[in-house]
Amino acid sequence: MNFFKRDIQIDFMTHRIRAALLTAVLMVASLGFLFFRGLDLGLDFTGGTLVEVGYPQAVDLGQVRSTLEAAGYDDAIVQTFGSARDVMIRLAPNAGAGDALSNAVLDTLRADNADAELRRVEFVGPQVGEELAEKGGLALLYALGGILIYVAFRFEYRFAIGAVAAVVHDVVVTLGIFAAIGMTFDLTVLAALLAVIGYSLNDTIVVFDRVRENFVRVRKGSAPEITNLSINQMLPRTLVTSLTTLLVLLALVALGGELIRGFALTLIIGVLVGTYSSIYVASSAALGLGVSKEDLVPPPKEGEDSDELVP
Amino acid sequence: MNRYPLWKYILLVVVIASGCLYALPNVFGQDPALQITNADSGVPSPREQTRIVEILAGQDIAVRGTEPTDEHLLLRLASAQAQTRAADELEVRLGRDYTVALNLAPSTPGWLRNLGGQPMYLGLDLRGGVHFLMQVDTQAVLEQTVSRYSDEFRRLLREADIRYRDVRTGEGRLSLAFASQERLDQALDALRPEYLELEFNANNDVTPPRLEAVLTDDERTKVRNFAVEQNMTTLRNRVNELGVAEPVIQRQGLDRIVVQLPGVQDTARAKDIIGATATLEFRMVDAGNFPYRGGPDATPPPGTELFPEREGGYVLLEREIIITGDAITDAQSGIDTQTGQSEVNIRLSGAGGSIMSRVTQNRVGDHMAVVFKETELQARRVNGEVVREQVVVEEVINIARIQEQLGSRFRITGLDSGQEARDLSLLLRAGSLAAPMQIVEERTIGPSLGQENINQGLAAVVIGFALVVAFMAFYYRVFGLFANLALLANLVLIVAALSVLQATLTLPGIAGIVLTVGMAVDANVLIFERIREEIRAGSNTQKAIEAGYGKALSTIADANVTTLIAAVVLFAFGTGPIKGFAVTLSIGIVSSMFTAILGTRALANLVYGARRGARLSI
Repeated sequence: MNFFKRDIQIDFMTHRIRAALLTAVLMVASLGFLFFRGLDLGLDFTGGTLVEVGYPQAVDLGQVRSTLEAAGYDDAIVQTFGSARDVMIRLAPNAGAGDALSNAVLDTLRADNADAELRRVEFVGPQVGEELAEKGGLALLYALGGILIYVAFRFEYRFAIGAVAAVVHDVVVTLGIFAAIGMTFDLTVLAALLAVIGYSLNDTIVVFDRVRENFVRVRKGSAPEITNLSINQMLPRTLVTSLTTLLVLLALVALGGELIRGFALTLIIGVLVGTYSSIYVASSAALGLGVSKEDLVPPPKEGEDSDELVP
Repeated sequence: MNRYPLWKYILLVVVIASGCLYALPNVFGQDPALQITNADSGVPSPREQTRIVEILAGQDIAVRGTEPTDEHLLLRLASAQAQTRAADELEVRLGRDYTVALNLAPSTPGWLRNLGGQPMYLGLDLRGGVHFLMQVDTQAVLEQTVSRYSDEFRRLLREADIRYRDVRTGEGRLSLAFASQERLDQALDALRPEYLELEFNANNDVTPPRLEAVLTDDERTKVRNFAVEQNMTTLRNRVNELGVAEPVIQRQGLDRIVVQLPGVQDTARAKDIIGATATLEFRMVDAGNFPYRGGPDATPPPGTELFPEREGGYVLLEREIIITGDAITDAQSGIDTQTGQSEVNIRLSGAGGSIMSRVTQNRVGDHMAVVFKETELQARRVNGEVVREQVVVEEVINIARIQEQLGSRFRITGLDSGQEARDLSLLLRAGSLAAPMQIVEERTIGPSLGQENINQGLAAVVIGFALVVAFMAFYYRVFGLFANLALLANLVLIVAALSVLQATLTLPGIAGIVLTVGMAVDANVLIFERIREEIRAGSNTQKAIEAGYGKALSTIADANVTTLIAAVVLFAFGTGPIKGFAVTLSIGIVSSMFTAILGTRALANLVYGARRGARLSI
């Protein structure tokens, strides 16, 4: 089984100036959305209100959840607390606060089960405080530094800059899309974002690897031509891998329920953005910085014989 | 010819078989349990064990099983409710020599446990865990803050040459008496511009006239908030030192902190460490009264205080504290090579070190004492209700003659056991609490994600996985089947590795697994596309397999090593969920390289390796 014709010849690199413009527009728009609209942070980051409710008999949590959801408390987290008769509910700050909120919640629950009894109402702080967020951001910076050094060492520093630029691009654009469509950003989405970085990095290195190989193997052709050839050669692989990953993610979006949806959507956005960036950010940046054959080809030895291919 | 040496096949079989074995414990569930430790012996004696079972039988609480280990006794119970009731009852009846902690014990069969097989922990979001509510005593911090001002006031007034009669502190206020109103006004002029965070109030109606100072409301809030934040940081450090992955530590209300731990192995120790208030104070021994000959009820001379010694007896110490645990920057437990006793090696901060050397400079030959200070919570039953009250335990654990001027490094001895030395050094390392706090509530807590959601999510993962398997078999035929087998082995290995490492699996962790599954497939896609390229370029069967694997290897290695570097850095510098994600990702990368490269190659060699002219089904 094969979806592809023998030789795919799509001229990716002639469009790279136009693509660079598109990238710039995407970045500016994303940063704009992030600064002016901001992310809709989830309970993990903002804290909220905790309501503890007691029942005389064990209560079905699914029922409590759907009752709350029907009343408009979408992001409520419902857990048993000590026994199956005590329920802890955490609500996001946008649900309201204070007595008004607890009374409204209690009324909602009583409408469904008259025995519900309010035990306590309290404010809860964020799970991820400023300190943790700061440390997380630093960790990400260090990780980028590590990638930069390794890729510079294994390939060339211009490739390293391209790879890191692609990662930064993916994070900013994915977050920008989140801000634009107003989806809740919580810890699960953060994990998905880290996964996107991993995926996009993988994609970028795979393309770079072929570029490096072709720089050595293919004698004729300019750097953009060889880059183009490499991207075309890797196209079947790129599409198959994206397809299998998207298969899993689409199943998650369609069947995984509310909680996994945010996670899966982030990854879907990330896979698309990441595939784009490995071609038009990573490779374009490396070319734009003037990477050439000489940077990767070891000086030829006398009498050495090697395969010769024409693009 | 493509043949693998026998040892590679054996390696594969052994790794995958042990993977299956260590993944197996996850099939079994968990029981609600209680973990009981005795402060001295660890595990309660057989007689005490019988007593514990009898106490519970008297309350109609059925015990499913008792399992004594070296460190503790584990009681398995039928339900979470029975667990809470049993915990309350035992805490009251057993007294302060015991720690009773809630736990979830895996119901892995004995033979598997003997082989070291344990299930991986599911995180707070998937399984729930143990929930502690800590009450921070913010009033104590306010008192502390005010009494700090009293020292500063004294010094400032002395320097400004303004005489005062006395300084009193209490109930959050500071009160200075002056001989005359003029002196009071002078003092007020000197103090007010220096302390904008204080509200001054001159009371001239009393004799002698008094100047009173209280913290402004803003400042009180600031001090309270700072204390709660500082305690949260300390708690976080303590929990990290315990090695518990993915805890939740958050503020609740004004002055309480929630600590939630997912399936911790040793909840009794966790509870001791979280609730511990232990700190150290270094004080000089009163030279005129050493050794102390008076009784415990005698009035100590002015400027001194009487303390009990751990070994028995009493000692008179000077009131002034040289330094407290705050000044300690590092503490490591160790063993004294000469006496074989446990000790804690201490390093002080620069400021602490210079205070220490200044004080000890002129006191060579005198004695210094280390006071161990701890607030313990004791449960009693009053009118049928369980009441917990705090008792401050202060004892001198060590008195040593100062041989020479001390600096920023020294050690303390006199600890009961290696465990105590380790716990003390952990607490000192984690930083001190800005305010005393106690556990006021302990419960088990259900998963924050609904069971329905978890089931839905798992079903979706399974279906997504099935789609990938179907696609691979359809698109790459026989080689697709190889990839699918490798994928299955990969999942088993990831689960086994997480179980052996006792990692905590959360939803973000599952994200890591999904990504690695995607990347594992990618490795095979790279190899198979390469083989197709080789075949198109005219290579024969064997050469195509050889070249496909050989050339794809460097690509896969580079891509995976780059991601692995990112994962390792995220693990080293990240916290909480980021760390959890990094662990699953790293394990996934290593195991997917193993299965997707070595595993599928072994299968390809077995099926096609010996057939020279065979057409590859790819």
